Amino acid sequence: MKALIEAGVKPVDSYRPGENKRPWTFKEKLMLGLTPGQYLGQALRNPFNWILGLIFAVGLPLLAYRYLFGLGVVTHSSNDYPWGLLLGFGLFCMVPLSASGFMLGTTVEIFGRHDFEPIERLALLNGLLGYFFAVVYLLVDLGQPWRLAYPMVISFGPVAVLFLVAWHVATYLSVQVAEVSVAFFEWIGWLGGKRWVRKIAIGLTVAGIILSTLHQGALGALFLYSPGKVHPLWYSSAFQWILFFASSIPAGLCMVITVSTVIKHTMAWRCDRNFLDNLDYCTLGIAKGAAMGLFTYFFIKVIAVAHDNEWAYLATGWGFWWMFEMFFGVMLPIILFAYAIHHRLLWLVRATGFLTVLGICLNRLNTSLITFNWTIYQELPHIFEFIITITLLCIYVVVYRFILYRLPILYTWKEAPQEAVATEPVKTEPRVSAGTSTAPATSSP
Amino acid sequence: MSGISRRRFLAASAAGCVATTFAGSKKALAAGTFGGYPEGMGVLVDITRCVGCRTCEAACNKEQNLPDPERPFDDMSVFDEIHHGQQRRTNEKAYTVINRYEPTGSDQKVYRKVQCNHCAEPACLSSCFVNAYKKTDEGAVIYNDKVCVGCRNCMVACPFNIPAYSYSSAFDPIIKKCVFCYDTRLKEGRPPACVESCPQQVMTFGKRDDLIKIANQRIRNNPDLYVDHIYGEHEMGGTHWMYLSGVPFDELAFNMHLSNEPILNNVKDFLGTVPMVLAIWPALFTGFHLLATNKKNGHGHEEEESKHNDEGGDQ
Repeated sequence: MKALIEAGVKPVDSYRPGENKRPWTFKEKLMLGLTPGQYLGQALRNPFNWILGLIFAVGLPLLAYRYLFGLGVVTHSSNDYPWGLLLGFGLFCMVPLSASGFMLGTTVEIFGRHDFEPIERLALLNGLLGYFFAVVYLLVDLGQPWRLAYPMVISFGPVAVLFLVAWHVATYLSVQVAEVSVAFFEWIGWLGGKRWVRKIAIGLTVAGIILSTLHQGALGALFLYSPGKVHPLWYSSAFQWILFFASSIPAGLCMVITVSTVIKHTMAWRCDRNFLDNLDYCTLGIAKGAAMGLFTYFFIKVIAVAHDNEWAYLATGWGFWWMFEMFFGVMLPIILFAYAIHHRLLWLVRATGFLTVLGICLNRLNTSLITFNWTIYQELPHIFEFIITITLLCIYVVVYRFILYRLPILYTWKEAPQEAVATEPVKTEPRVSAGTSTAPATSSP
Repeated sequence: MSGISRRRFLAASAAGCVATTFAGSKKALAAGTFGGYPEGMGVLVDITRCVGCRTCEAACNKEQNLPDPERPFDDMSVFDEIHHGQQRRTNEKAYTVINRYEPTGSDQKVYRKVQCNHCAEPACLSSCFVNAYKKTDEGAVIYNDKVCVGCRNCMVACPFNIPAYSYSSAFDPIIKKCVFCYDTRLKEGRPPACVESCPQQVMTFGKRDDLIKIANQRIRNNPDLYVDHIYGEHEMGGTHWMYLSGVPFDELAFNMHLSNEPILNNVKDFLGTVPMVLAIWPALFTGFHLLATNKKNGHGHEEEESKHNDEGGDQ
């Protein structure tokens, strides 16, 4: 793609190719304004696509194998570990990493911090895709995925925490679709739809906060059903839901830092100045939020151990594993964030963001899989389960990239001028960002 | 400004109200205590009488039309089967299994029957998001496999690790567990197949309350033979299948760390916070929004603010 742009090709970023030309057709927009030959050429030149192709060549047949012959052929069919890696990673890790949508939505829409607007859409998209793929993982793991809608329409089990998770994830998914649809409406050129969604933006954002609070917490509360199965250090009858909710905040924020870092290095051609110039400033702000979130989480984590008087477990093997997780996943990121933010070392902020993502994932895997059944035995998931998990993650990356290439997430859409004047006087000009990028320190809180 | 705020506030509140209606039924569950099913039937398993003949396993297999076992029911080598350091457990092909134990300080072998304990307030039932499980008045915990989605939350929840899943089925996998022979026997007041088949009268079928009296009577009459504990009388809020043993229960791999409270009590606190979040968050965050986006003189946000207001104003 970089080579094509150097050769003078300009990817679609507006209503029409130039002055006095007809608007882009839908097909041209899909192809980024490239000719089929150019499009195929750039896809084939990208070595990452070859790696993806290799993974899909192994993973997709396995996925078909699972649907044709049942879960038994790709997992250990364990009755003691009903939830394996597909849920341990796919649901319990993907959902906290997708808390970014409601965090940045709240920052911009509720608290009116429009200086974070350049990264808001990326955070919303990250949330939407993360949730969507958590559901995709669920569809692979459920015994009868075609019954997914049963808790909504056929048979209600409102006592169950999972009922709450199902309803809230479904509702929140719709809320996020609405939030991201603004970018989609711009892209297809239906400004009426965009205006309508903007009108209910506050309502959507508040609904997002409510639903996120509850189901991020509910994922933790799911483990309240298994006291004794989850190791006491990862289990707290009083605080489990708060722990999951609190840790989802730094997880979601750090996921945005991580994704934006990858974008900055691999997809800079798709970003406009508004995004690139403000990225460092936004990253620092988000990192501050993440550091505070991590500290809160750390504090509650220690309170949870004290509350149940579990100090004695710290001297056991599981205790060392807990301290490993707490040190590398929580304490070290707090220290590194503090140092890096103070000295404005953006590379370190970004690396720490990634470390935090790994740390929170480790926490979820520890709770759902690694320390689960700690009194019985530990099970290593089937190799096919690993491959399917990685394959689904790659599909997530491909879909993510497909959308970022096209929708105005990283760049500002240049709308048809005559329509814009009539309907949307404030949104036509890209936000002036020179002030924030040259002196970010002055406008940070 | 006030007009916009009111409209926005109402929109947000409406979203909250819609969400509250969906969650309304959860609150009622947090109230009162549950007295159990005094008229419900149960079974008392007297482990001291069991000789490990596996007749009950065979009877169960026949009654429930389960597939043929890998090894016949008269093959006692199954007692040496160890998977992941564990003895046999219930699975999709066996709703009940007998395991052999060699307690310390005794050369006697002890046999323990494992099956669903039919809790008074079952964890599987309270964790099921499609309400597939049902505790019947007769005391059985049964389930409707027509609505089972296959999330396997009940397996995660069961403190006795009983429900199994038919992973091998591609198109109709469901939960599999002992149903107290509800459809074929219990409904008509007859004891389950395993109880009837037992040549040693290990199991006594009767009303749960009567069984507790019988168990206490046996312990009183033979204090040297029995451990002074009825496993299942209080565990997890009480179960309808209960055990008497001559050796400490933990020597027979009984989980002695279980609470006397049903699992549901563990989750009630969280369920109680749900309506509060639904009720408080809309006003709280809409309020934050109003506070945060009001005119902030001298903070460099006037430009965005005026944009914001214009955007709302011309709608």
